[in-house]
Amino acid sequence: MAVIKISTPLTDEVTASLKAGDNVIISGTLYTARDAAHKRLVSLIREGKELPMDIQGQIIYYVGPAPAKPGQAIGSAGPTTSYRMDSYAPILMEHGLKGMIGKGSRSESVRDAMVRHKAVYFAAIGGAGALLAKCVKASEIVAYEELGPEAIRKLTVEDFPAVVVNDTFGNDLYEQGVKEYRIETCK
Amino acid sequence: MDKSCARTVDVSEIMQAIRKLAMNTTSNVPKCAISALEDAYLREESPVGKEVIRQILENHRIAREESVPACQDTGVAMLFIEVGQDVRFTGGDLYEAINEGVRQGYIQGYLRKSIVTDPLFERVNTGDNTPAVIYTDIVPGTNIKIMFAAKGGGAENMSGLVMLPPAAGVEGVRKFVIDQVRKAGPNPCPPIVVGVGIGGTFDRVALLAKKAVIRDVGSSNPHPKYAQLERELLEEINKLGIGPQGFGGRTTALAVNIEFAPCHIASLPVACNLNCHAGPHDSILI
Repeated sequence: MAVIKISTPLTDEVTASLKAGDNVIISGTLYTARDAAHKRLVSLIREGKELPMDIQGQIIYYVGPAPAKPGQAIGSAGPTTSYRMDSYAPILMEHGLKGMIGKGSRSESVRDAMVRHKAVYFAAIGGAGALLAKCVKASEIVAYEELGPEAIRKLTVEDFPAVVVNDTFGNDLYEQGVKEYRIETCK
Repeated sequence: MDKSCARTVDVSEIMQAIRKLAMNTTSNVPKCAISALEDAYLREESPVGKEVIRQILENHRIAREESVPACQDTGVAMLFIEVGQDVRFTGGDLYEAINEGVRQGYIQGYLRKSIVTDPLFERVNTGDNTPAVIYTDIVPGTNIKIMFAAKGGGAENMSGLVMLPPAAGVEGVRKFVIDQVRKAGPNPCPPIVVGVGIGGTFDRVALLAKKAVIRDVGSSNPHPKYAQLERELLEEINKLGIGPQGFGGRTTALAVNIEFAPCHIASLPVACNLNCHAGPHDSILI
């Protein structure tokens, strides 16, 4: 299986080269954010205020990691389900976000926004938190520490494995996969 | 009171048992789930699906060997406690002891704390994963059986309940369960375990589905007709094509477990509760 190496920040050239179904390994920076942090980020944008991090060309990883044990950079850190961030994602892409990592399907408006803003949605393996944590070399809290696992963290990752689900051309790996393997029953 | 047949148990013993269960369960994916994943690895036709299962098995091995949670979502702490009716608890409030066990287990085990106080307005993290969801059953005897399950939010969100008319019958149940899994698609981290509750009341059927979803993978309902329905539903779900992580493939579910109960002449309640491929749970007898 061919694996494509990419690093952050992502350029339009890189995002446009990726196709649904591609296996990638990502190195560089990932910002973590899930429900509560997204709500705050989008409020800041709506109020015209500055975000706690620069999201130009960046990737947000939908994850709420487990606490690090002594000697670990981070505790188990697999993706959370992405649709919960659907109402917040388009505005972040409008402001420069180029990638999202999570698991599960996105809404039509998020997929349209990805085509419009040349952004990509990747899936990491849900429930593989112990394995994925090994790719995280450093972690620091950027904002909202009081949210505990929902705080925004800056992760430094090396060879973080993910699969392209939605590309900049409107393709969707989940739809393609089901189409290929679905067995029609007579009922 | 006939003291000769009563057994006294200090609640601190319950607290310690729950602390240990919480600390150890999320890093030790049940053997039944591991062997079902190993079988699925051999059978899976999709190359991408096969690779996903390989990585999941690798993840569960790392979790076990390094004593780290298999998944960062170490869930709502759910406790199903069977208490022998001849047991008498001493040393304090049983429910407080249970929550203290959860608190200590989640802190000492470096598990994620995922509980917020008020669900709608404040949503402030309680910081120690309490309160737990606790169910107690009174049973004959002097034993105490504690079942702990760490129930993740992602798969839980994909659950559903319907009050069917009895005329809907087996076909109605089948259609509801299949639709529920199809709608869930890649969200609940397939390959999943599907828990189905049938019968009881609106509230009871949800609990039946929960008990079904944490029943061991590979076990069957003792009633032959329900066992057959479990097999048929599993086969049909694995024709949906969702596959490991929803990337397409033959392994959408590892098991369908059904629990049923008598119900009202007017009703056919059905609930469907989903769990991921890890479904951490364990039990202890005191």
